[in-house]
Amino acid sequence: DTSLAEVNSFSPSMPISPSSMINQYKFEDEPELRDLFITVDDPESHITAIETFITYRVVTKTSRGEFDSSEYEVRRRYQDFLWLKSKLEEAHPTLIIPPLPEKFIMKGMVERFSDEFIETRRKALHKFLNRIADHPTLTFNEDFKIFLTAQAWELSSHKKQGPGLLSRMGQTVRAVASSVRGGGVKNRPEMFTEMNDYVETFSQKINVLDKIAHRIYKEEREYFNEMKEYGPIHTLWSASEEDIADSLKGVASCIDKCCKATEKRMAGLSENLLPILHEYVLYSEILMGVLKRRDQIQGELDSRADALANKKTEKDLFSEEIGKLEDKVECANNALKADWDRWKQNMQCDMRSTFTNMAENNLHYYEE
Amino acid sequence: MEDCLAKKMEITVSEAEKRTGRNAMNMQETYTAYLIETRAVEPQTEGQCAPVDSLWRRYSEFELLRNYLSVTYPHIVVPPLPEKRADFVWHKLSADNMDPDFVERRRIGLENFLLRVASHPGLCQDKIFYSFLTQEGGWKEMVNETGFQLKADSRLKALNATFRVKNPDKRFTELKHYSDELQSVISHLLRVRARVADRLYGVYKVHGNYGRVFSEWSAIEKEMGDGLQSAGHHMDVYAASIDDILEEEEHYADQLKEYLFYAEALRAVCRKHELMQYDLEMAAQDLTSKKQQCEELATGTVRTFSLKGMTSKLFGQETPEQREAKIKVLEEQIQEGEEQLKSKNLEGRDFVKSAWADIERFKEQKNHDLKEALINYAVMQISMCKKGIQVWTNAKECFSKM
Repeated sequence: DTSLAEVNSFSPSMPISPSSMINQYKFEDEPELRDLFITVDDPESHITAIETFITYRVVTKTSRGEFDSSEYEVRRRYQDFLWLKSKLEEAHPTLIIPPLPEKFIMKGMVERFSDEFIETRRKALHKFLNRIADHPTLTFNEDFKIFLTAQAWELSSHKKQGPGLLSRMGQTVRAVASSVRGGGVKNRPEMFTEMNDYVETFSQKINVLDKIAHRIYKEEREYFNEMKEYGPIHTLWSASEEDIADSLKGVASCIDKCCKATEKRMAGLSENLLPILHEYVLYSEILMGVLKRRDQIQGELDSRADALANKKTEKDLFSEEIGKLEDKVECANNALKADWDRWKQNMQCDMRSTFTNMAENNLHYYEE
Repeated sequence: MEDCLAKKMEITVSEAEKRTGRNAMNMQETYTAYLIETRAVEPQTEGQCAPVDSLWRRYSEFELLRNYLSVTYPHIVVPPLPEKRADFVWHKLSADNMDPDFVERRRIGLENFLLRVASHPGLCQDKIFYSFLTQEGGWKEMVNETGFQLKADSRLKALNATFRVKNPDKRFTELKHYSDELQSVISHLLRVRARVADRLYGVYKVHGNYGRVFSEWSAIEKEMGDGLQSAGHHMDVYAASIDDILEEEEHYADQLKEYLFYAEALRAVCRKHELMQYDLEMAAQDLTSKKQQCEELATGTVRTFSLKGMTSKLFGQETPEQREAKIKVLEEQIQEGEEQLKSKNLEGRDFVKSAWADIERFKEQKNHDLKEALINYAVMQISMCKKGIQVWTNAKECFSKM
């Protein structure tokens, strides 16, 4: 793989993570063009007088010119990720920004700092950054770069700059106002109406799928619990028998192997399918948000157009600007949608090979 | 090998029918009747079938038959009947005696019972059994006329014997322990199996939901639509497959249940032995005490305290004639007692011999049957996995085409 060798040439003794990532990460097309590799790992707990929080190590390796160095290692906490996401949304209101893991998990008895919770979050954060890196536009965002490279104090000072709380509130007010006006909906191009309908249905379905998958996991767990008891009974029985003792012991050991296979299947579900379904549940919400924002912008365009009906030249200028923005939005949306579909295909393949594996394992293990 | 009835006659319980009638208290009741068909097997004639005889019996008549056999042949491990009520039920199975699946499984169990009795060298010659199969009317009366109920040992007597017996044959004691263990382990196994089946059912059925959602989802997708739709179809197939799989497993469970009930039959034989042994011990004890009494009267010495001794001291000795008379009576009794003891001893030994022979036969049958049942179970599981592999391979293909 000579392309990989080129990328790695600037650092012969590279630590393992980002390069092993290359193998794990699925490339749809043009893998040779990837020049930004990010990992999120090593959660650490920090205790101060006021609070306890977790930071994650974010390692970046890149060959891009605009980066001063080829390697960066910083520590970030969840708040920082939230900041990055909101900056990206601000800068690109109609692009699909990848979802962040939630602040809290409502259901389940997962404590805020349980190992399971932290690990799930870490994986999701890792995915978040990589999705941004993969995005043709977002990957060049300035705030993104700062996020990846700045030291802790640099980041805090940078955060304090930029539009403050008031301006963001202003945005929200405008948004509410435009939606109250019923803005955008009347002049909305056909394509976006279709998208809206699609996203609504998709959101429904993906939510149901998420529930189904969780339910299956739960049923499998119960099945596993019962099976654990089932095997040993046969062993117990074999103690009172002579002739059939061996057969009984054989059955007992097979059942135990089935238990292990079931465990593997459950692990496959929880590592693969459940997080992805969850991600897409969040994505569907994001999509709805994006479409709303697009409608907002359109609404502004329309109201501007109405207001400036008299000043023809100015109107043209504004319309042109906003029209351009709209076009950009359209393109971005479509590109992502295509990308997204391909992703799902891969996801499904993963899920199914997990299951096929399970069935195959069962076959091997069920012997006389 | 003796010529068992099973070799001379084909026996099937071919049908079950719901009936209503009036019971002993003249109240309306519903019950199920089973059709027993028999046909003589003629080895010589080829291509020509003997006519089929048939009659209807209900479960309570089977019970009566079995009770008769247990009492009349206490040294034989009498095959058990299928359960009276549905036990070890999991959520899909109904506990209702009228449920068609339950009735069907019971029909098979009853047929199995008849075949076992017919192939048992000791039982198949029994006339009552034969008329059960062939004589529709008046069979109940015939059974009751044998007076077998009188021969039955009372439960209380048996319990008493179990506690008080001093020297039972060690093999029977061991057998009793074994049957206790067998019963406990099989019932535990069946309970857990029922729970496992329940959970497995849940896993499969929830996958059926995938089918529905995939189909709805495919409606809004362009490239992915076909793949989703066909994958959804496979999910439906997967979810539906569990019904047949678990039905087959119920037959396996029934095979185990038979041996669960056999444990009780084993215990019955052990109890009978204990009873006979206790009887023997009591008779021997009685004889010894009578001999002692006789000796005391004859020699005039009182070795042990007895009421007679006391009263004779208080109220004067008996006349020699009285004493003579008593001694004579005792001597008669002692002679009777010795004969009885001898015959009881013989009975006991015969019982032990024939019972143990049947137990050996039973052991072989059990080992053979259970081994086969386990093998069948494994085969079932393999087939279940093969089906699973097929479904998921198909689904995988559909998904990869999305």
